[in-house]
Amino acid sequence: MKKNNLKAWLYLLPAILFLGVFMVYPLIDVCVYSVEENYNFASQSFTGVGLGNFRYVLSDPYFVQALKNTFIIVAITVPLSTGFALLISLGLSSIKPLRNAFQTIYFLPYVTNTLAVGLVFMILFKKTAYTDGMVNLLINKFGGSSVDFIEGPYWAKMFVMCFYTIWVVMPFKILILTSALASVNQDYYKAAKVDGATSGRIFRKITLPMISPTVFYLVITGFIGAFKAYSDEVALFGTNLNAAGMNTIVGYVYDMLYGDSGGYPSYAAAAALILFAIVFTITYINLTFSKNKVQYM
Amino acid sequence: MIEKKSASLSRVLIYVFLVIWAVIVLFPFYWMVLTSVKSFASYNSEYIPRFFTTEPTLQNYADAFTTVPLGRYFLNTLIFTVATTGLMMLVIVPASFAFARLEFRGRNLVFALFLSLMMIPTELVIITNYVTIVNWNLRNTYLGLILPSVTSVFYIYLLKENFEAIPDELYQAAKVDGTSDLKYLVKVMIPICQPTVVTIIILKVIECWNSYVWPRLITYDANYYLVSNGIQEIRENGFGRENTPAMMAAVVVISVPLIVLFLIFRKKIMAGVSRGGTKG
Amino acid sequence: MKIVLKNLTKRFPSRNKKGQDVIAVNNFNFEIPDGQLIGLLGPSGCGKSTTLNLISGLETPTEGRIFFGEEDVTELPPEERGVGLVFQNYALYPHLTVEENIIFPLQNLKGDKKMSREVMHQKAVETAKLVQIDGLMDRKPKELSGGQQQRVAIARALVKIPRVLLLDEPLSNLDARLRLQTREELRRIQRDTGVTTIFVTHDQEEAMSISDLIIVMKDGVVHQIGKPQEVYDNPANLFVAQFLGTPQINVFSGWIRDGKLYIGDEAVLELPEHEDREVWAGIRPEGFIPDENGPFTCNMERVEVMGRDVSVVSNHPQMTGRCIRSIVSSENRFEPDQKKVRFSLKPYKVFLFDRESEERV
Repeated sequence: MKKNNLKAWLYLLPAILFLGVFMVYPLIDVCVYSVEENYNFASQSFTGVGLGNFRYVLSDPYFVQALKNTFIIVAITVPLSTGFALLISLGLSSIKPLRNAFQTIYFLPYVTNTLAVGLVFMILFKKTAYTDGMVNLLINKFGGSSVDFIEGPYWAKMFVMCFYTIWVVMPFKILILTSALASVNQDYYKAAKVDGATSGRIFRKITLPMISPTVFYLVITGFIGAFKAYSDEVALFGTNLNAAGMNTIVGYVYDMLYGDSGGYPSYAAAAALILFAIVFTITYINLTFSKNKVQYM
Repeated sequence: MIEKKSASLSRVLIYVFLVIWAVIVLFPFYWMVLTSVKSFASYNSEYIPRFFTTEPTLQNYADAFTTVPLGRYFLNTLIFTVATTGLMMLVIVPASFAFARLEFRGRNLVFALFLSLMMIPTELVIITNYVTIVNWNLRNTYLGLILPSVTSVFYIYLLKENFEAIPDELYQAAKVDGTSDLKYLVKVMIPICQPTVVTIIILKVIECWNSYVWPRLITYDANYYLVSNGIQEIRENGFGRENTPAMMAAVVVISVPLIVLFLIFRKKIMAGVSRGGTKG
Repeated sequence: MKIVLKNLTKRFPSRNKKGQDVIAVNNFNFEIPDGQLIGLLGPSGCGKSTTLNLISGLETPTEGRIFFGEEDVTELPPEERGVGLVFQNYALYPHLTVEENIIFPLQNLKGDKKMSREVMHQKAVETAKLVQIDGLMDRKPKELSGGQQQRVAIARALVKIPRVLLLDEPLSNLDARLRLQTREELRRIQRDTGVTTIFVTHDQEEAMSISDLIIVMKDGVVHQIGKPQEVYDNPANLFVAQFLGTPQINVFSGWIRDGKLYIGDEAVLELPEHEDREVWAGIRPEGFIPDENGPFTCNMERVEVMGRDVSVVSNHPQMTGRCIRSIVSSENRFEPDQKKVRFSLKPYKVFLFDRESEERV
């Protein structure tokens, strides 16, 4: 068949145009921004070129706090949600009645507006003058004393934060893991059973190796997603995350761009590039690790 | 015998475990519906919250629509979602078709470039996009909300893979019968790939309905708020802060469309997501 | 419509960078008479399908011309050639019903050829009747059996009354019983419509049974063209002789000496008018006559009874291949422990080929 150069480019034109303006150009631009020191958004002028923006961002206590929060969220939610999702998926794949019902329920958080449900979480956990809230009621039942999870101590806020994050990311992980488990050839299990393997051994020697690519996929995307945490935080603690001490790196980027600190695209660019560098490094390490460890690719 | 007993015991444990998680997932939904039908007075009088109400009221729903422009937020989100999804299909379908079906110089190179863009996080480009939209004077406009999200390299990739799975013979048969490329795309390829197309539309609709960050940057006029921004606005300024039942009514109203959509297209959505959607 | 191929050549650029171009079709010259059913026969990868694609216009030739009647169609795109094409896997549009599939080509017609909905429907029904699927018009392809899908594909190819009907391995996806039935059906449809039809196959029996003319090709080269029986009775070279006929022809290394054909030490046939030379001697299975005094001695292996005929399996030091198969009348009797079997040969079932060129002597 003859080549249709012109026609092909015509079909591609809209995509290229949009990607060029909103993807490629910004990518170059963000690097430029990040090295323009003392950039003034109003006059569009800057005083020099250098790494000053990075220095400023890295020494900004708000950024350091955001960095710390982000790392804590990542370190807690990624392993917990993945492990927990694996347990639930194993449970799901070992039952027949009600399986569909459970799967449907578990998937619900995926299709809900995280801002909206975040409000519900806030109400469940919040302690106000009128009520200690649902969760504190439970704590009291078991003999503990009430804590304000939304405006109280740091660890309490972090707990809600991680709990909510896990609640939000679970549907995707459960779904992916259940379909991975379902796609393992049943003959392996039959063979193992005939050979008299215990269920623990079957899990370690057959199931886990077979689904290890999926698990690593989830870990990698989990890391990437958790590093970009932001809107869940807003849902729980409001837009002024710095005041709540619960800001994240992405939150810091937006705050620098707009919001209360208002209009420093250079700092935002520097922070975004730092985030990208972190995510890139972690993903790279993950991939190298998984290449060595994943047994069945 | 003993083995049988332990098997049924572990079965019970599995169910208990699964039910606990189901409760954790469902409880917030229950709580939001419950709170939304409690009257303001009775809610505030419950120091210890009650798990049911004997006098349900719909007053909060009326408040949610009258005290804040919830209807407006809804309409905005609807316009935003439909326009973004529609425009995106117009952009990605021809692009996927070109990659899958047309032969042209530089196809592999361009496709590789497209793929490499998949690695770029939104957070990195949002800064310039914000500046671009501000410079184009598109803040507080639908256009400003929509434009940056009408392409998705991932969906182009997904659709292209699907298009390529259609046997060449169908194309040849159509060629011999004098079918133009465009007609082949519309009459044959899209109908055959309908499941994927529907999946992409649904995923994009979910993404649009829940999008928060970009609209927040681009709109400060409440006339252009989407539901997510509306929720945030309600939380911080609406209902005099403490009218939790009205707030919950708004949350219910916002959550219902997607949940209904999900319950209708349950299988399609779950299959689509498991085939390669990550949230957002 | 008469089809003429002149010096037709198709080269594909080689996959690996250093290698030479792949010649799929090498300098074809032949003429296909109007209204006939032609079998294009050859082993896999011999360029049959490429030839078909060249005729349909899906591929453009590297060199040479293609004529439909007097018209040179070489430069015409497929849609302007007026060809109907049936694919091996049928290539039915899975989302359309049988009727919509059949109508599809008609909907593409433009200008004064454009048809109204009713006319298209009527044409679809007519064509469907021809291939006997008019009761299935509202079904989707996946609700049909393989044989029915195949008929739909033929109907779709025929509906716009093509000048040439091209079928690519039309029977290979059907099971054995259906294949027999469908090939007769194909013959009937071709007779009824009178459309010049070319079908590609690797199954020699299929090609021989229904074709008016067969074209045997290998490695992009036409080896022989002719009526099936002619080609069978008069193979041009060793390849054609081996490719046609089941069981396969038996090939021995032999010598012509003093006007006689020798296989081993035995002079098996008188050949008064031949010079002395080394040859391949091909003997069709039906060319053997069991004869206690026959000149040709083979080592008996076993006898396979097939009812009407008997297949005698034997071997000989000069044979190529694993064994010698001969088909003889079941009236012949063989002893169970017989070690040797002697044959005389039917001269017109023995073909001699040059040792080097493998051309017929």
